[in-house]
Amino acid sequence: MLLLPCPHCGLRDEPEFSFGGEPAIRPVPASTVDDATWADYVYLRQNEKGAHREIWCHSGGCGQWFVLTRDTVTHAVIAP
Amino acid sequence: MRLSTGGRIDRSTPLAFTWDGRAMTGYAGDSIASALLANGVKIVARSFKYHRPRGIWGAWVDEPNAVVDVVWQGQHDPNARATLVPLRDGMAVRGVNAFPSVSFDLFGAIDAFSQFLPAGFYYKTFKWPNWQHYEPRIRAMAGLGRVGHQRDTRAYETRHAKCDLLIVGGGPAGLAALRAAAAGGLSVMLADDQPALGGSLLTDTAEIDGTDGLAWVAAVARQGQVLSGTTVFGAYDDGSYGLLEARNHAPAGWGQARLWVVRAAKVIFATGAIERPLVFPDNDRPGIMSADAVRRFLRGQAVLPGRSVVVATNNDSAYATAHALQEAGASVVVADARAVPGAIADGLRVLPGTVPLGTGGRRGVSWVDLGPQDGARRERMPVDLLAVSGGWSPAVHLFSQGGGALRWDIERVAFVPEGGATVAGSITGATDLPTCLAQGHAAGLAAAGGGDLGAPYSPPAPAAGAVLPLWQIGTSRRRQWVDLQNDVTAKDVGLAAAEGYRSVEHLKRYTTLGMATDQGKTSNVNGLALLAAATGRSIAEVGTTKFRPPFTPVPLAALAGSRFDRLVAPLRELPVHHDHLALGAEMRDYGGWARPACYQQIGEPVAAAIAREADNARARLGVFDGSSLGKIEVHGPDAAAFLNLIYYNEVANLRPGRLRYCLVLRETGVVFDDGVVGRLAADRYLLSPSSSHTAGVLAMLQAWHQLEYPAMQVAFHDVTAAWATFAVSGPRARALMQQLGSSVDVSDAGLPHMAVADGSVQGVTCRIARVSFTGDASYEISVPTGYATALWRHLLDLGAPLGMMPYGIEALSVLRAEKGYILIGTDTDGMTLPVDLGLDGPLRAKQVDFVGKRSLMTPDAKRADRRQFVGLLPEDANAVPAVGSHAVAGPREARRSLGWVTSACMSPVLKRSIALGMIEGGRARLGETVELFHLGKISRATICAPVFVDPAGERLHG
Ligand SMILES: [Zn+2]
Repeated sequence: MLLLPCPHCGLRDEPEFSFGGEPAIRPVPASTVDDATWADYVYLRQNEKGAHREIWCHSGGCGQWFVLTRDTVTHAVIAP
Repeated sequence: MRLSTGGRIDRSTPLAFTWDGRAMTGYAGDSIASALLANGVKIVARSFKYHRPRGIWGAWVDEPNAVVDVVWQGQHDPNARATLVPLRDGMAVRGVNAFPSVSFDLFGAIDAFSQFLPAGFYYKTFKWPNWQHYEPRIRAMAGLGRVGHQRDTRAYETRHAKCDLLIVGGGPAGLAALRAAAAGGLSVMLADDQPALGGSLLTDTAEIDGTDGLAWVAAVARQGQVLSGTTVFGAYDDGSYGLLEARNHAPAGWGQARLWVVRAAKVIFATGAIERPLVFPDNDRPGIMSADAVRRFLRGQAVLPGRSVVVATNNDSAYATAHALQEAGASVVVADARAVPGAIADGLRVLPGTVPLGTGGRRGVSWVDLGPQDGARRERMPVDLLAVSGGWSPAVHLFSQGGGALRWDIERVAFVPEGGATVAGSITGATDLPTCLAQGHAAGLAAAGGGDLGAPYSPPAPAAGAVLPLWQIGTSRRRQWVDLQNDVTAKDVGLAAAEGYRSVEHLKRYTTLGMATDQGKTSNVNGLALLAAATGRSIAEVGTTKFRPPFTPVPLAALAGSRFDRLVAPLRELPVHHDHLALGAEMRDYGGWARPACYQQIGEPVAAAIAREADNARARLGVFDGSSLGKIEVHGPDAAAFLNLIYYNEVANLRPGRLRYCLVLRETGVVFDDGVVGRLAADRYLLSPSSSHTAGVLAMLQAWHQLEYPAMQVAFHDVTAAWATFAVSGPRARALMQQLGSSVDVSDAGLPHMAVADGSVQGVTCRIARVSFTGDASYEISVPTGYATALWRHLLDLGAPLGMMPYGIEALSVLRAEKGYILIGTDTDGMTLPVDLGLDGPLRAKQVDFVGKRSLMTPDAKRADRRQFVGLLPEDANAVPAVGSHAVAGPREARRSLGWVTSACMSPVLKRSIALGMIEGGRARLGETVELFHLGKISRATICAPVFVDPAGERLHG
């Protein structure tokens, strides 16, 4: 059970959060990007071993979405 | 046999129990294991693979053999370990993996064929057609207890706790740490898996801090939150730990196991050490026991497991057992593998340089051959107990789970912690009390950041004799057992090495060494030492298998806690739930809500009720409870602009007081939900997602707002539970509404289809919306939830003279199917785009870059042969095709599925069967016939437009 840093509420238990996956930069305006760029944004994720940027939502608490960097090997939160 | 004095048992409280049907007696303070030993029971189990008779080896979590079936007060535990379960009055205990009993087992003949069952035998032999083909029958002959069919009615509780310091282990080291840390002001939790605190002090008396050891234990225990009988079974992320409190003392009905989830800022592992067996020929006979266990049974429950005893050891620790046995009146010989024994012999007969070379005895050990390791000579000695110590393995399981590293210590002949969490006591390889106390004290002080408390005990530690590494004795052809629980021999380990399994992880999986309930607590180090020898590597090079939770088995029921049955996902109830029941409603789970499927009249079949309700709603008037339909208010100056970026349909140009049916997509373009969007004011919208998607839509709005459009001023509020909503639908709906007495003009001009108005009824705020999921004129009336019952009953009263009947979800599903209105997740799936539903207007007209738009512009989204939503008119008007039937077409060689049926029912209006489906290029195939294939049966249907009743929509106006 991880301890995750909510920007509003501080360190809280993992069951209070929902995982949102890797942040992907939305190409805008969408109508101007090619199919490959759009597919990359919608479907492809890096799934890095080690330092990994990911988004979480404090869904069981204040509802805040936030990005953090976590080590996928040790599970340690590297940077909030 | 039981001694007449001594032990921590209550001789005034005898406990009656049965073993394989035989009546026996034990005492309060017994475990099942000690009671069996006291009653002279030697064979407690048949081994996993060969059905060998086995006795009790250990006294605690290390016990590999004594897995028993226990029934007590109607509750059944098929795989209890006899050493861990306190004896209770009336317990019925049975052996497992044997027929008819462990003492006479017909499967025992399997052992005679053991040379044909080496490691990997099953995997190599049962390859054709596949392993799964044979597994069920092989498993029936091997294994542990049988799960009963009775339901487990014990109550399991879950608790969460936080502390500054968690100490695992309530022996001398753990308690010394508690004493020091508590004095330093820390909040401390200490968990110990035995029923009584004290660890080794329960067996070996000592004076600590100028007082009796157990008195010291009791005094220290008051200084923190101490959980006895509580196993820390897992070390998880960020200082979280899973604890299982046995609560064996709790009377029936007062809760059994309690699961603790503890978050600790710091931890000290004082988990002790586990005695290793020696690997010698025929070392598995009943009556061959861990020397430490013998002493524990002797001191703890006054049980003397044998009178003629050989104590075989390679280290000093077993001498305490030899002395204790001799004091209890047994005749004792110590066979010490070391040429120069280190411990004080003091009146014991010691044979230096001597090891067990073999044993015999049909129903338990009756003799042991002793001699030098090379087997140059041997002397046979009659025994009824052979107590063995092969050295000690620190209980590093939790420490390693928590990320700690291990080092092979050549001097201590053990894997010891090195780097990681704080450890104290015999987990470090320490073997004497003063060192353990000193380590615990230092660890407690360090956790508290210092303190001026003196150590509890500080005489110099006596020098301990060295341990002699001893992994396999003799070269006899008799089997030398490494893992008693999984029937793995030294030869099996050698075979695995010869076949190239050099990794300990592969060894474990190939031979099963170290699997099952004891997870190799006794066998692990011996096994990998043998692997090291067989592969010409050092033990350090071979390393250990990875330690994973749980340390000991945890019942699934304890992990589930109260989350079973209806509490797994509690159903939400409608505000007038009990009124529905009174009307004969059959309540079912629809998207997490208990909603009426239909209202059965007495003696009426479900299908007839559904048809009657649908028919009545079309012909006259129906009332439907729509309270579970989502209601999300969206408020703010940017509400219109934001929602226009989310929804597939244009919503910014909606005039206040107007409603629009809209889709919301994912970025993949796939339809996520549908529902009505209403504009209440310039800066205020009301969304109605489907009942099961309300939480998902709200989460999506919040995510898009925060992550993509944070500058927009808009807020969301789920008000679903705040309002009760009832829909009246049918040709007489307006007649009823005109009698309702609301302040809203309900004429078709005053409140046209897809309009909404706020008002009041009986002086209570209400909202009335003209929206229809039936195809008939419908009004949705919402009032604050507190007035739900009043409104519902008022509607029923007004409707009765108009012939109104309530209708449930199933009738609604029929009414909407006649109109071809989709049900998300029923008619759509994870591939469905709006264009597949024929809804392509917004894609052509809407300029805004809404969610999923770009995905609708890909070549795949524009394929002409996408599956499209169509109607299917069955050739047999009286047969309703099964949902999921495949629509197949084409000439024989190119015959294939074009799609499938998504909804089907009898149409009350058309008096015939109708269906909806997704068909490849369906809109270009109108009028074509397809065959509907289901479970080998074929029927025919004609593809048509997905609307069967009132295509012009005239009924909507009433
Ligand atoms: Zn928060």
